[in-house]
Amino acid sequence: MGDTVRLVENRAREYVLADSGAQLPERVRDELAMVFSVEEDRRAARLGRTWLDTFDWRLHRAGLTLQHVSTRGTRGTDELVLTGRGGQRLTAPARLARWPSLAAALPPGPLRDRVAAAAGLRALLPTVSVISQVREVRLRNEDDKTVVRILLDAMSPSAPGGAPIPARLAVTEVRGYAAPARRAGRLLTVAGASLTRQTALDAALSAAGRHPRDYTGKVDVALRPAMPGGEALRAILLQQLDNLEANVDGVLHDTDTEFLHDLRIAVRRTRSGLKLLGDVLPGDLTLRFASEFRWLGDQTTPLRDLDVHLLSLPPMAEHLVAADPLDLQPFLAYLGRRRTVERRRLNRALRSARFAATVGDWRKALLVPPGNRRAPAGPPAAELAADRTRRAHGRVIKLGSAITGSSPPESLHTLRKRCKELRYVLEFFASLHDPPAYRAVLGDLKRLQDCLGDFQDSQVQREEIQSLAAAMLAQQAAPASTLLAMGELAAQLAVQQGQARAEFAARFAGFAGTEGRRRMAALTAGETA
Amino acid sequence: MRVIATYNIKGGVGKTTAAVNLAYLAAQDGLRTLLWDLDPQAAATYMFRVRPRVKGGGKALILGTRSLDEAIKGTDFDHLDILPGDFTYRNMDLLLDGAKNRVRRLSRLLGPLAADYDVVILDCPPSVSLVSENVLHAADLILVPIIPATLSLRTFDQLNGFVADFDGPRPDVLAFFSMVDRRKRIHREIAERLPRERPDIAAATIPALAVIERMAVERAPVAVFAPRSPAARCYRDLWEEVRKRTPE
Repeated sequence: MGDTVRLVENRAREYVLADSGAQLPERVRDELAMVFSVEEDRRAARLGRTWLDTFDWRLHRAGLTLQHVSTRGTRGTDELVLTGRGGQRLTAPARLARWPSLAAALPPGPLRDRVAAAAGLRALLPTVSVISQVREVRLRNEDDKTVVRILLDAMSPSAPGGAPIPARLAVTEVRGYAAPARRAGRLLTVAGASLTRQTALDAALSAAGRHPRDYTGKVDVALRPAMPGGEALRAILLQQLDNLEANVDGVLHDTDTEFLHDLRIAVRRTRSGLKLLGDVLPGDLTLRFASEFRWLGDQTTPLRDLDVHLLSLPPMAEHLVAADPLDLQPFLAYLGRRRTVERRRLNRALRSARFAATVGDWRKALLVPPGNRRAPAGPPAAELAADRTRRAHGRVIKLGSAITGSSPPESLHTLRKRCKELRYVLEFFASLHDPPAYRAVLGDLKRLQDCLGDFQDSQVQREEIQSLAAAMLAQQAAPASTLLAMGELAAQLAVQQGQARAEFAARFAGFAGTEGRRRMAALTAGETA
Repeated sequence: MRVIATYNIKGGVGKTTAAVNLAYLAAQDGLRTLLWDLDPQAAATYMFRVRPRVKGGGKALILGTRSLDEAIKGTDFDHLDILPGDFTYRNMDLLLDGAKNRVRRLSRLLGPLAADYDVVILDCPPSVSLVSENVLHAADLILVPIIPATLSLRTFDQLNGFVADFDGPRPDVLAFFSMVDRRKRIHREIAERLPRERPDIAAATIPALAVIERMAVERAPVAVFAPRSPAARCYRDLWEEVRKRTPE
């Protein structure tokens, strides 16, 4: 087999052996030799395999598997192999690959395009690494023609401490020889191998104590309707704390911008949970941590604002009419320098004793056993959910209904905040809702939120650009052409804001009209029933 | 998809050995390759250890009751498949005669394979028939093995004339000297002089060597069992020329 990277094809049927040896066990060989002449590679190829995905498993969700496969030696190879659900396989050279890395840094070609489309802004990180000893076994018929290929793959964890991984046998039929492949499969079963649907990635993850999609930025808590509301809230807040902590390393190392985004969402959800449901926790606890999480949220805002600017500039620059996108280079460079400063500031906060005390004490407080708790457990979760959802909804309706064409922008900003709170309350208790009713309400709300988001983001960014232009001018950091280009960006944002403002009435009517209210009533009635 | 046909009116001039070796070399270059053994003697099929049988025979393929896809077999080599020969192909002329668009039927049948293969090599039986006419119409390049002798060249020129009269797209025609016996002065002279004078004759030549005859015993392309032999080198040189003349 030499140094060729040979991997299991998607159309192969895979079997697992009870042991993890790198050679075909004698009982298996003997069984196959009853029908075929069996030829086995003398040497196994040793491959280093690292599976890659984004922190939130975007490739896995898109049905893609990406591996970095390397062989050692003078003719060693380094290759990226991408496989899809339909069995498509794409490869790209990976000699210079270092992880984590953004998809944009991969060599140009179809593999990069597919990965980039699924990964978006997120970096590719190693999920698990193994050493594979791969040996091909060829089964031949009486004409000495190869009619079945079997790949014996003995994986072992690269990192110490991983559990052993059972050896795998992948049976691939040679085109036009389906019957011998089926027969080989039956012989393997007789010899004690068992057919498996688990992929090599699943097996490697399982040995490393992980499972696919073990992180999601979404609220992912299974609540029971009758459980005490206080207990439900603790479970919700604990998952948010897990997510917050899970994202800290990615923020510290600036792996990609979405770590900070997810960390901020966990903080915001925590703050909203305390504000809207905190009465089922001890009062002093709510008070102390509401203030600590406000502090944490404030620490993250400047860097996130700069990220939003930097991410939105390239698409906006494409729409410049009078200015040249190159005119914005000094602005990008200025934002980059500001970002370095803000990143250092945030990293200091995340490494501070205050941050460590906040998350440490918060976890302890949430994990206090029920017997030692000082507050009443609150109403049943379903009742709490219905009550708080109705209240949050009522606030949105009241505020939104009062907005007219002449209302100041602040009224829409306040409405946006209330909408976010309603969204969080809905998400917290998602597991208690009837799924179709929940999706319908969430859909109405999302459309409204998108409109409010466009309105506010355009305004904030426009104001930011204006104040940044003033700062750059004061520091003599921008030529006139840059300031003019920034002016054009500000104008684009003003147009966007105007469009969002014009769409608001229809979007709000969609949410707060008879149908929207009926859907919300059906949702909250279902919980108390 | 590039279609290359090995063709000569005469038998025993090295068509099948060329088809088998070139198909193997194309696959070694990473090109997804299909060899269709159109000869009822099925010698190419034998050399890949595949049984010379197609379900429903040539009739099912020509009439389209069975797609070519279903009849294809994988060889022992990566990227190389074969559409086996079958004794019923001896009646292919009659079947083609009854088909619509009788001289372009093979070309039509190959159409659906364009997404699956980069190269198709047709190993044509020795004859002047409707089958060979179909092959000439289906091919982008006709590769003609000729023995270095005056009469062989005359036949090659006749073929060139025949192809030049085609309506519509005409295939490129390239001859190469095959079974060259270096001990014979006339072989040496013709094989050295003509490729310099005529652009339709390949510079690479295939000598008459025992190792090529051994293919039938080894049942494999030369490069598999004698990779460093002069014959393996000669086939590689020929493949390089063919590849250059059939750009992707």
